Amino acid sequence: MLQLLWLIPILPFAGAAINGLLGKWFPKWLVTLVALGAPLASLIIAFGCLWEYSQGNSQGSGEAFEQTKYMWTTGELSIPVAFLLDRLSAVMLFVVTFVGFLIHVYSAGYMAHEEGYRRYFSYLNLFMAAMLILVLGNNYLVMFVGWEGVGLCSYLLIGFYYDQPFPPYAGKKAFIVNRIGDFAFLVGMFALFAQLGSLTYHDVLPKIAANPGLVTTGTYMLGMPLASFVALCFFIGAMGKSAQIPLYVWLPDAMAGPTPVSALIHAATMVTAGVYMVVRSNVIYQLAPGISLFVAVIGAATAIFAATIGIAQTDIKKVLAYSTVSQLGYMFLAAGLGAYSAALFHVVTHAFFKALLFLGSGSVIHAMGGEQDMTKMGGLKKWMPSTRWTYLIGAAAISGVPLLSGFFSKDEILHAAAANGHWVLWAVGLITAGLTACYMFRSYFLTFEGTFRGTHEQEHHLHESPPSMTIPLWILAVGAVLSGYVGLPKVLSEVNRFHDWLEPVIAHPAGLAAAEREMSTGAEWALILFTTLVAAAGIYLAWQIYGGQNGLAKGRAWAARFPRVHRQLVNKYYVDEDYDAVIVRPLAALSRFFWKVVDTFVIDGAVNAGAFLTELTGDVGRFTTTGNVRNYALYFFLGVILLFGWIAFG
Amino acid sequence: MTGPMETLFGLLVGNSLTRLVFFPTIAAIPMFFFPRAAARAAKIYVLVMSLVELAFGILYLATHMAADGTFAMVHDLGPGGGVIPWIAGYGIRYDLAMDGISMPLVMLGILLVPIVILGSWKGIETHWPMFGASLLLLTTGVLGALLAYDLFLFYVYWEVMLVPMYLLIGIWGGERRIYAAVKFFLFTMAGSLLMLIAILWMAWTFQSVNGGVWSFAYADLLRLDLPVHQQIWLFAAFALTFAIKVPMFPFHTWLPDAHVEAPTGGSVILAGILLKLGTYGFLRFAIPLFPQASEAARPLLLALAVIGIVYGAMVAWVQGDMKKLVAYSSIAHLGFVMLGLLAIDIVAWQGSLLQMVNHGLSTGALFLLVGMLYDRRHTKKFDEFGGLAKVMPVFAFFLVFSSLASVGLPGLNGFAGEFPILIGSFRTLGWPVIVATFGVVLAALYLLKMIQLTIWGPITKDENRGLKDLSGREIAALVPLCVLMLWIGVAPDTFLRRSRKALEGVLSDYRQRIEQPAVRQATLRPPAAAAAATTANVNVATTEAGR
Repeated sequence: MLQLLWLIPILPFAGAAINGLLGKWFPKWLVTLVALGAPLASLIIAFGCLWEYSQGNSQGSGEAFEQTKYMWTTGELSIPVAFLLDRLSAVMLFVVTFVGFLIHVYSAGYMAHEEGYRRYFSYLNLFMAAMLILVLGNNYLVMFVGWEGVGLCSYLLIGFYYDQPFPPYAGKKAFIVNRIGDFAFLVGMFALFAQLGSLTYHDVLPKIAANPGLVTTGTYMLGMPLASFVALCFFIGAMGKSAQIPLYVWLPDAMAGPTPVSALIHAATMVTAGVYMVVRSNVIYQLAPGISLFVAVIGAATAIFAATIGIAQTDIKKVLAYSTVSQLGYMFLAAGLGAYSAALFHVVTHAFFKALLFLGSGSVIHAMGGEQDMTKMGGLKKWMPSTRWTYLIGAAAISGVPLLSGFFSKDEILHAAAANGHWVLWAVGLITAGLTACYMFRSYFLTFEGTFRGTHEQEHHLHESPPSMTIPLWILAVGAVLSGYVGLPKVLSEVNRFHDWLEPVIAHPAGLAAAEREMSTGAEWALILFTTLVAAAGIYLAWQIYGGQNGLAKGRAWAARFPRVHRQLVNKYYVDEDYDAVIVRPLAALSRFFWKVVDTFVIDGAVNAGAFLTELTGDVGRFTTTGNVRNYALYFFLGVILLFGWIAFG
Repeated sequence: MTGPMETLFGLLVGNSLTRLVFFPTIAAIPMFFFPRAAARAAKIYVLVMSLVELAFGILYLATHMAADGTFAMVHDLGPGGGVIPWIAGYGIRYDLAMDGISMPLVMLGILLVPIVILGSWKGIETHWPMFGASLLLLTTGVLGALLAYDLFLFYVYWEVMLVPMYLLIGIWGGERRIYAAVKFFLFTMAGSLLMLIAILWMAWTFQSVNGGVWSFAYADLLRLDLPVHQQIWLFAAFALTFAIKVPMFPFHTWLPDAHVEAPTGGSVILAGILLKLGTYGFLRFAIPLFPQASEAARPLLLALAVIGIVYGAMVAWVQGDMKKLVAYSSIAHLGFVMLGLLAIDIVAWQGSLLQMVNHGLSTGALFLLVGMLYDRRHTKKFDEFGGLAKVMPVFAFFLVFSSLASVGLPGLNGFAGEFPILIGSFRTLGWPVIVATFGVVLAALYLLKMIQLTIWGPITKDENRGLKDLSGREIAALVPLCVLMLWIGVAPDTFLRRSRKALEGVLSDYRQRIEQPAVRQATLRPPAAAAAATTANVNVATTEAGR
C-alpha cells in the first residue's frame, strides 16, 4: 500500500482534470462520481498507507517512508519530486483526506443547484491535490508547489461567483497578500540552499540538528545568523498562508467563496499549512530563540486581536473567519513556545470543530436562501435540529467546554505558556479563551435561539438540510467531541499519545536543553480550573446578553453603551483602509510617476531631443509612407538573395 | 573539388543548419507572385511551409542529439570537414553551428512561426502574402543570428532581422505605426552600429597579433586576451546593442510603443524571440569575449536588471491598455533573465536560458489572447471589458492559464525558470536578489489585475454580451504553447539538462580567464585552450555536402 503513496495527490488532480476538461459532456451524476470518487480513492489509499505505516512503526524509531518519482532538476540544484510519509505528515494526511472527503460529500448537497457545479468540483479536487502535495512533499520545493497550488485554488474558489463584483476582488486580494508571504518563503529557501546546498528535509534538518553551530554563529543577513534568518523568512511565509498579523486581512474577505470552501480551505486545512511548515522546520526554530519568541508574540497578538473583532460581527461567516484567525494565533503561540505537538494537536481538533461550525453555518445559509446576517436569523433550532445540535457541539468544543476536544488542545497551549514562565502570553491566551466562548455563543444564540427575525418568505422556506449535508455534520461533531482524547494532559493520563507519536519528528539539537519545565500536579489542576472558569464566564456573558427571546435588542443596547469601541470593532479597526492609504495608493502613485514622468518625459525626452533622431524620423517615415509596400518588401527580399549569392560565390 | 555553390546547395538539400536558416527564404519566393486576392491560399501555403520548417527542426534535433540527451557543438561543414570560407581575404567564414545554448531558442523560434500564422489569420487584413513573406524572412534572420559562429556573419543576420520586423510594425501596425517602427529601427540601429565597429576592431587586433592573418571566427576571437581598458570599450559597444534589444532599463521605451502598434503576430515574434537575441548576445558574446570588462560592469548591469524587474512590474500595473501591460511585463521578465546571466552561476544560467524560452511561450500566448480580443472588439482598453468569462469561458481558461504561467506559479513554466535564476543568483549575489524576488509579488499584482478587469465581474458593456468564444483555429494556436508551459513546469529537467554541458563550458572558460592576471597588450592564447570550450566537440560533418 505504501508504494501507492504518490497516487494520493495524483488522483484528485486527475479528477480535477477530467471534470475540468471533459466534464462539459458528462451527465451530472458522472461529474459527481468523478468529483467524489477521486478524494474517496485518496482517502482509502491514505488510510491503507497510514495503517501499514503505523504497523511498521508502533515500536520503531519513527522511520520515515520516502518515495522518489522523478527529478525536478538535477545538477548542482538537485530537487526530487518525492513524497514522504513520516509521523508529522501522517497526521496532516489523516486530517486532509478525512475532513476533505466529508466536505466533498457535503458540497454535493450544498452546491446541487448551482450553475457552476462542475467547475466547483474541479477546483475543489485540484485543491485536494495541492494540499496533499504540500503535506506529503519530502523537500521545501515540493512543499512550495503545493503551497502556491492551494493558494491558486483558494483564489479561484473565493472568486467562484465570478460574475459579481466582490468575490473576484476578494480572491485577488487573497492571492496577492499570500504572495507577500510566499516571497519570504522563497528567500528562506534561497538562504538554506546557498548555505547547505539542499532543500530536502532529510539532508538539511539532520545536518542542522547535528551541528547547530553551523547556523547559529556569525551573522548571515539582517544581522542574524542563518537559523534566525531562515526562521524569520519561513514565518513571514506562514503569516500569509495562516493569516497572522499583519497579513491576515485576506481571510475575512475570503468568505465571499461558497461556504464549504470556507470550511475546507479557510478553516480546516490550507490555513494550517503555516503551522505545519513551522512544525516541520522545528529544528530551525529551536535554534532561533529570538524568532521563536517573535512567533509566539505574533500568535498571541493575532489571537486576541481577531477575537475582539469577532465579537462585533453580525455576518455569521465573518464571526467564524475571525475566529479562525484567532485560533491560528493560538497555534503559533504554541509553536513559538516550542510546544510543537500542542500546536499540531490544535490543528487537528480545530480542523474538526471549525469545519463543523462552518458547515453548520452553511446549512443555515442554505436554508435561509443565501442570507448570512445573523440579525435576520434567530430561533432556527425549531426548523433545523441537526444543524442546531451539531453547531452547539462545535461551539462548545471551540470554547473549551471540559472533556470536548478544544478543551484539551487549548489547555495544552496555555499550559506551555505557563510552564515556560511566559505569564503575559498566558494571560493573553486566557482572555482570548474567554472572548472565544463569548463570541461563539453569541453567534449560537443569535442564530438558533430567540425569535425568527427574517422575512415571511424566508420563514416559509426554512428546512433542515438533506442527509448529504447533515451526515457530515454529525461525523464532524463526533470528531469535535472525541479527537481530544488522543492527547490527554498529564494530570489525566499516564501517556499523551499524540505527543508521543510526534516525538521522533521533534528534533533535539545537540546542546539545547529540553524546553518544557515540569509543573506540579496541583499547579496543573489550577490552570485547568482557571481556563474552564474563564470559558464558562464567556459563555455566561453571551447568554446574559444574547440569550432569551430578544437577544438581538439586548445586544444592541449593550453595544450602544460603548459606541467608540463598538465602531472600531465593527470596522475591524480600519486596518484595510489603513493599508490602502499607506501602501496601495502610494505604490500606485509611484508607479504612475515612473510611467508618466520617468518613461515619457525623462527617457523619451532625452531620446527625442537628439537631433539625429528628429532628422532621420522624417526621412525614414517618408520612405515607408509614400512607397508601394510590395516594392520595398521585394527590395529587401532581393537583398537576401544577393547575400545568399555572395556567400555562395564570394 | 566542389565549388562553393555546390557546397551550399549540398547543405541546403541535406539535414543541415543551412537548410533551417534558408528554407524559409526559399519558401518565401512564391509569395511575391501570389495575387492579392488569394489571401486564403497564401495563408495555407505559409502555414504549411512553417510546419515543414518545424519538421526540419525536429528532424535535425532528433539526428544530432547525443546519447545522453545533450547537444554538443555541431557545425555545418564543407566537403572534407572543412569550414566554408566566405570572404577569404579577411578570414570571414560561412560558419553555422548549434549547441545546447542556441538549440532551445532556435526551436522556440521555429515553433512560434506557425502559431503566429494561426493567430494572424483574421487580424491581418491587407497584403497577406507580403505578411507571410516577412514572417518567413524574419525566421531566416533570427535563426541565422542564433547560429552564426563568425562575428561578421552574426552582424549581417542581426541586421537582416531588423528589416522584416520594421515592415511588420510599419505596414500592419496600428495608428502610430510609423512612429513606433522608426523608434524601433533607430534604437536598434544605434546600438548595432557600435557593435559593428567593435567587431571590426577586434578582427583587426586579431590579425595584428596573428601575423596579419584575419579572422572573424568566434572561436578565434575568443582566444584574444585584451587589456582591460580596451575590453571596457568593446564590451560597452556590445552590451549597449544587446541591452537595447533585451531591453534593459533605461533603454526600454521603444518596446511598449513597438508592441502597442505592432500587429498581434509581430508582437508575438518580437516578444517571443527577437528580444531573446539580446540576452543570448550577452551570454554568447559580450560576457565570454570580454571577461574582465564583464566583471567590472556587473554591478552596474545588475542594478539595471533589478531596477528593470521592479520598475517594469510597477509601470505594467498602472496601464489601462492590455497590450501595454504585457509589454511592460516583458521588461520585468527579461530583467530576471539578465539577473541570472549576471550571476555567473551555472544554476542561474540554466534558469536564464530556460526563462528565455518560458517568456516566449507565456508572453507569446498572452499577446495572442490580447489579439483575439482585439480582433473581436477592436480595442485593448480594460475599460471596455469585464465579465468576459461568462460569454467566453474558453478564452477565460487560456487567459488564466497563461497569466499564471507568467506569474510564476509552481507547476507551470515561469516558476521553473525563475526559481533556478533566483536561487542560483542568491548564492553569488546576495541581497540584491531579495529585491528582485519581490518582483514575484508585483507580477501577481499586474497579471491578476488584467484577469480581474477582463474576465471577472459583471458584464458592463452591451457590446460584450454577444462575443463569440475562441474558434478551433485560435485554440489550435494556444494549445501547443500551453502544453509546453505545463510540461516545462512539471518536468523542467527534460529541458534544463540538455543545455548544462554547453553552459558549463562557457562558465569554466570565463572563470579561468578572470583569474588570470590582466594583459598589458593584446595577446593570443593558443588554440587548444579556447578550443576545448568551443570547437573540440565538432562532430562529423552534418551533411555529406556535394554528394
